[in-house]
Amino acid sequence: MSEEKKLLEIKNLNIHYITHEGTVKAVNDMSLELKKGETLGLVGETGAGKTTTALGVMQLIQTPPGKILSGEIIYDGEDLLKKSQTELRKIRGNKISMIFQDPMTSLNPVLTVGEQIAEVIKLHQNVDNSQATEKSEKMLETVGIPKSRSKDYPHQFSGGMKQRVVIAIALACNPKLLIADEPTTALDVTIQAQVMNLMNKLKDEFNTSMIMITHDLGIVAEVCDKVAIMYAGHVVEYTNTKNLFTNPKHPYTIGLFNSIPNIKDDEARLKPIKGLMPDPTNLPLGCPFHPRCPKAMSICSQQEPCRTEIYKDHFVNCFLYENVDNKS
Amino acid sequence: MHKYIFRRLLMLIPVIIGVTFIIFTMMYFTPGDPAKIMLGESAPHTEVAKLREELGLNDPFFVQFGRYVKNAVIHQDIGRSYATKRPVLEMIITRFPSTLKLAALGVLVAVLIGIPTGIISATKQYSLFDNIAMVIALLGVSMPNFWQGLMGILIFSVYLGWLPSSGFNTPAHWILPALTIGTSTAAIITRMTRSSMLEVIRQDYIRTARSKGQVESKVIIRHALKNALIPIITVVGLQFGYLLGGAVLTESIFAVPGVGRLMVDSIKARDFPVVQGGVLFIAITFSFVNLIVDILYAFVDPRIRSQYK
Repeated sequence: MSEEKKLLEIKNLNIHYITHEGTVKAVNDMSLELKKGETLGLVGETGAGKTTTALGVMQLIQTPPGKILSGEIIYDGEDLLKKSQTELRKIRGNKISMIFQDPMTSLNPVLTVGEQIAEVIKLHQNVDNSQATEKSEKMLETVGIPKSRSKDYPHQFSGGMKQRVVIAIALACNPKLLIADEPTTALDVTIQAQVMNLMNKLKDEFNTSMIMITHDLGIVAEVCDKVAIMYAGHVVEYTNTKNLFTNPKHPYTIGLFNSIPNIKDDEARLKPIKGLMPDPTNLPLGCPFHPRCPKAMSICSQQEPCRTEIYKDHFVNCFLYENVDNKS
Repeated sequence: MHKYIFRRLLMLIPVIIGVTFIIFTMMYFTPGDPAKIMLGESAPHTEVAKLREELGLNDPFFVQFGRYVKNAVIHQDIGRSYATKRPVLEMIITRFPSTLKLAALGVLVAVLIGIPTGIISATKQYSLFDNIAMVIALLGVSMPNFWQGLMGILIFSVYLGWLPSSGFNTPAHWILPALTIGTSTAAIITRMTRSSMLEVIRQDYIRTARSKGQVESKVIIRHALKNALIPIITVVGLQFGYLLGGAVLTESIFAVPGVGRLMVDSIKARDFPVVQGGVLFIAITFSFVNLIVDILYAFVDPRIRSQYK
């Protein structure tokens, strides 16, 4: 992937949670990059390390038990891991924003939604109280909530409305990068579509780059330019959306696609990936997926596969492809 | 909100009647003839019988109870002390300011120590500060108040001679009793603040506040503390209500002329009308403090406020 206009580059990031029960290797040797205006999908099961990656970029990992062991998170040419808390506070909510998974619990129950939006505006923009209030009301209208409701409290809103408020907070300072952590998981299906459309519209309007964390491949197809498939803290396949959907390579990715029911097939049962995600405190030696992999070879339980570029911009961590020469 | 307060005030009426009934019943069945107590054990039978008739003690239970309630409502008369012959209500009211002052000072000390300590302990969980604070709080909770008071007198009055050991006239007199009450209450408030804050700072909205780029001190005060306040207010309210009933031991040790000491003296002297009136008074003050606590909930939490409409 080309060098021009990189907004975010994650290099060899390792994040572990050190607990009494053992060390959870949440993110292992992760490398990703995101260009301006692009949307990257981060796909994986619960516990694959998606949210930890996002919190790592925000530098909001709870420490202890979380710890960023090594790696670089380069945003706009500067390594976020080398920045002080004061510098980071100027980035958070301003240049990088995050939409959290559960709108029910993401808003402070004792502050009005107007106050909560105005707070981020006051923090990052040189405005007085009345201007901040005015801007927060405008932001509410942008996400489709009448400004008369800015003095209401979160409990007076439905789940979908709350998520709109969360989106308003995240976009209030017009960030360059928006991290959306399963923004629609907690919502019911009709509201999901509304929220996704809203996010897409605003992303284009504000020209924001986005990391979309999800386990819904439908959302990926709809909004993402490229995708990283995560499994047990590892990126196993990383390519653009078209490649992923037309030509998935990693056995885990293939398993994911196979487990989506197809209305045309006359199958009585779903086809899940056999087995369970490994215990993150005790990952198997070698490739973390090998105990469940239908194509596992003897080498898979001994060594970890490296990232291989099998076509241009199509990276897979799997021994099936390690000896294939680069073709385009 | 006004409607709610009005409704709550109305609800006090059955509470007070119930409490009055229970206290009256208990006193009625307590062994000992009030007429004999007033006249002395050696008084002749005829005198005692005459006084019983005068006091209406020969009337049936419900007649006596009805008379007590009627006098209380119409004449604000809840009886006269056997010992001093003064009206009970007047005796309590003259004592109440000292109790109120002691309770208010004690709770003030407790809040000023307890809430900041609890917040720091929670935000720096398992740090040295937290561990030391928790050990001290444990000591504060488990140390009996009277012992703490006696030690205070021993150190600050007897050895150092800095503070007076008894009485309640000047601010210097207030310090030891207020600290005695304040420190033990502070321990309870510290522990409650800590556990409540610990729960709140793990909530998603705290992470949201941090993700906005808010400074940590504001995350804690503006976002976390306000959400953690409900259990803290509950404990402070309960403690305050309890202290308004008279911190019996502390008042006795420091010779504070408060309601608590009046009660103890009256119980010792079997001065039933004063005991009865005192318990009733304490129950009513406690109900009022509870009402205030409930109203404060609504100020702190909009979810509760919306239920009150």
